[in-house]
Formats: sequence, structure tokens, C-alpha cells
Amino acid sequence: MKYIIAVIQPHKLEKVKNELYKAEVNLMTVSEVLGHGRQKGTNEIYRGTKETGNLLRKIKLEIAVNDNFVKPTVDAICKAAKTGEVGDGKIFILDLEECFRIRTGETGVGAIG
Amino acid sequence: MITKKNILIFLILITVSAFTFSQSETLKENNQPYIDSGNTAWVLISSALVLFMTAPALALFYGGLVKKKNVLNILMQCLMTLAIISVLWVTVGYTLAFSPGKGILSGFIGDFSWIFLKNININDPSPYFISQESARIPHLVYVIFQGMFAVITPALIIGAFAERIKFSSYLAFIIAWFFLVYIPVAHWVWSSNGWLFKMGALDFAGGTVVHINAGIASLITAIMIGKRENLKPTPPHNLIFTFTGAAMLWFGWFGFNAGSALAADGLAANAFIVTNVAAATAAITWAILDWIFHKSPTILGAATGAVAGLVAITPAAGFVNIESAIIIGLVVSIICYFMVVVVKNKFGYDDALDAFGVHGIGGIWGALATGIFATNTIQSGYSGLLNGNPKQLLIQVIATIVTLTYSAIVTFAVFKIIDLMMKVRVSYNDEAVGLDVSQHSERGTTIIE
Repeated sequence: MKYIIAVIQPHKLEKVKNELYKAEVNLMTVSEVLGHGRQKGTNEIYRGTKETGNLLRKIKLEIAVNDNFVKPTVDAICKAAKTGEVGDGKIFILDLEECFRIRTGETGVGAIG
Repeated sequence: MITKKNILIFLILITVSAFTFSQSETLKENNQPYIDSGNTAWVLISSALVLFMTAPALALFYGGLVKKKNVLNILMQCLMTLAIISVLWVTVGYTLAFSPGKGILSGFIGDFSWIFLKNININDPSPYFISQESARIPHLVYVIFQGMFAVITPALIIGAFAERIKFSSYLAFIIAWFFLVYIPVAHWVWSSNGWLFKMGALDFAGGTVVHINAGIASLITAIMIGKRENLKPTPPHNLIFTFTGAAMLWFGWFGFNAGSALAADGLAANAFIVTNVAAATAAITWAILDWIFHKSPTILGAATGAVAGLVAITPAAGFVNIESAIIIGLVVSIICYFMVVVVKNKFGYDDALDAFGVHGIGGIWGALATGIFATNTIQSGYSGLLNGNPKQLLIQVIATIVTLTYSAIVTFAVFKIIDLMMKVRVSYNDEAVGLDVSQHSERGTTIIE
């Protein structure tokens, strides 16, 4: 079991979701976050005061998958989120120790899908 | 305690008021136009109410409907339209739209006789009146009342190209559109020498000049600028803004319609009451349509219905009675619902906030409805198809077609030229990051402080 965390451009969310559905990955958690990697933030000005290096709005996806779904998931995200410009985002993959489905009490591989 | 000084002031006041009274009395007896304070007060307030419709009402109504990364852009467009047109209006706009004009051009455009409001003295009664031939408002009050209409009309078009227009191109567009489209059409329909006015076209408060005019311009510009990127799911970012804006529009519309009587009289009262009932009927109708076709009555639907009802009753407010207003409100929601929900999606043009679907279509229905339902029990001398005057409907059809055609062609030309000169649309990246940051270097709200 793996835990996939992807940080993407906000306006790519819809495409990413659609690609994930095509790869039969239907379960995910999405949150709105701020951040920046190599891409610089935007300049903002408030009554003449410049705010530089502000963090950019990003979307964070968290997806728990069984091992055979890791590649399809990563492929789907890359396919939809890539523009080739700085700022497209990153994908992190972590080992997932355990998973419980609250409703049924199932655990492990069966509880993920 | 009565002092000598108080008595003196009292005597002066009596003398002054007696003089003023006797002066207006003489004018009244001679049937000469004089300035009536009650009428003046009402139209002054109405002017402020119409200003309120552009900012904050329309700004919030539209602002709530866009994504949160574009909300400030909408507010800024509304604010700058208000500011720019306000300056243009008192300098050259009013004289071109409402002065009599010269020679053969007089039916089409005014002249420069009132440039910078020169030759308009503060005590001049307005040359324009509706039902009160002698109890007039000051000419200056008419100028500012009309100015607020000139402000809101270009602002309505914002709904068409929302979320993707470059701010500098927007400014160029509304300035050009104001001169080349709004001013001529206002002159044709409302000025004493206007050719549509002379033909007998009825437009009490701006169905043709404001709503049809801005509505068709919205359709043209929405098609020309193209669809938004990532169009599919765009839930409005804040329906509470949209609701507040719609309610404020309803409130401001009493100035728009009842103020157009240019007097505080029974005609204004009729306009007020039919405006209210048409908006109410249309809100109910849209909510029911939502309930039938989508299983839930929605706030956005009811608010849109209310605005559509207000649009439709606008040209008719001074000519129709309560029954007709209810029919106008009922029908407008059915037509606009069909346009916004079915036709727009079928044809696939991206009229982002339904400026055409609500203002254009609602305006056309209102103009035709005026020709159908006008009754001489409201204003004698004006009746429509159902009251034995089918010719009125024909005139309304002509005025509608003329406005649609002229506005469409000139809007197309203006938008095309601006696109060639400076591009109307923002870059893909600017659109993706949002117009607030890319055009104004600001954000409406923060996520993390």
C-alpha cells in the first residue's frame, strides 16, 4: 500500500480528476494549499506596499492506493498536470502502514479501494 | 425667549418664502415650467439609487458568480466604468446624447451646445418631462439621472467576457462602446429629436437603450473572445455576494424605473408597484422551474429570475397595469430560463454570467410586451396591441431590430479593432493564475494569513 501526495496547479484539478477516473482511481482527498518550489511567487501591491515572494495557490491531492495502482495513478496525474512550465508541481510516494475503513472495520488492502 | 434678533430672522424667512411661493405660483398660473421641489427630491434620490445598481449591486451580483481568483477584476471593472463614464458624461456624453442636434443629423446624434454642461444654468427646468409638463425637475438633475444610466449600461456587458478579458482592453472597449453605441442609441430613443422617439417607440426606463443594447453587445463579445479555459465546472465562488447584489439591484431598480417618471407622482407610483410585482413573479417562476426540472429551488435561480423580471418590466413600467406586469414577469423567467439553460449550452457560446440570456432576452421581451400590454389608463395616449393599437407592437419590433442590428455591428467592429491593436484576451497563464493577481496584483481573500 502506498500513500501518494501530489501538489498541482489549481486550474489543472479538473483534468487531473478526469484522468484519475479513467485510471479507475476514484477515491481521493483534495485540499487548497499555499506553496512554492522553484517557481517564484507573484508580486502583489497593497496601497503602494509591495508584497513579493508570496506563496502561490496550489492544490494538494492525497490518494491511498494498492501497489498495482501506483503507476497508473502517477501516470494519470502527470499526463493531466504537465504543461512543461516551472510550477507544474510534484508527486511524493510514501509507504502506507495501515488503513482502516471506519464503516466496516476492514483493514489493509481491502479497505483502500 | 423671543428676542429682537429672532423676530428679525422670522420676518426675513417669511418674506423670502412668500416671495418664492408667489414666484412659483405665478409660473403655475401661466402654465410655465417651474422647478418643483418634491419632484426634484425624488429624482435626486433616484439618481443615487441607480448609481447603487452599478456599485455595489451589479459588482456583487457578478462578483459572486466568478471564481474567487477573478472577483476583484469584476469589482474593478464596475468601479472604473462608474468613474470613467461619470467624467465623460458631464463633459461630452450628455450633450451628444440629449442636445437637440443640428440639421439632418439631429435625429441621430446631438451637438456640442451643452459641452461641459455649458449653457445649463442651475435654475433651468429640465427640457425633458413625462407627465408633469409644468412641475419640472432642474435640468442638472436630469443630466445626472441619465448619467447613471450611461454608467450601468456598459457595466452590464462585463458578464459576457468575465474571467478572461485584459483590463486595459476592457477600458478601451467601454470607452469606445459608450461613444459609438450607447450615445447614439440613447439619442435615437430618448432625445426630443431622436428618430425612434419621433416614430413613437416606447421605452419608459431603458429596455431598448440599456438592456437590449448591452445584451446583444454581450452576445457578440462573448462569442468573439472565446470560451474560458477549463470551462466545465465553475460553481460561483460566493452565492451570498450574488444574492446580496441581486437584492440591491431590486432596491436600486425603483430609482431606475419609478425615477424615470421624472416626478414624484402617480405615474412613479405605478412604475414602482409594477416593477416590484414583475420582479416578484419572475423570481417565483424561476424557482418553480428549477424545482420542476432540477428537483430543487435554487437561490441563484430565484435571484436570476428577479433580475430578469426587473429587466423585462423596465420599458413597460410607465405604460402597463398590475395584471400585465404579472404576465410580463411570468413569461420572462420562462424565456430566459430556456435561453440560459438550454440554448446557451446547445450553441456553446460562453456568455459567462448570462448578460445576454438575462438582459438581452429579457429586454427584447420587455420591449415587445410594452407594445402588447400598454394601456391608456396609465398614460393617456399610449396603448398597445391588446388595447386596440396593433401599430404600437410593430413600432416596438422595429425599434428592437434596429437596436439589435446597430449595436451588434458596431460592437463587433469596436471589439475587433481593439483585439487587433492590443489583444482583448489575457494569456493562458494570466487566466490560469487569475485576473486579480495578473491584472491588479491583489487578491480578494487570503487562505493563510
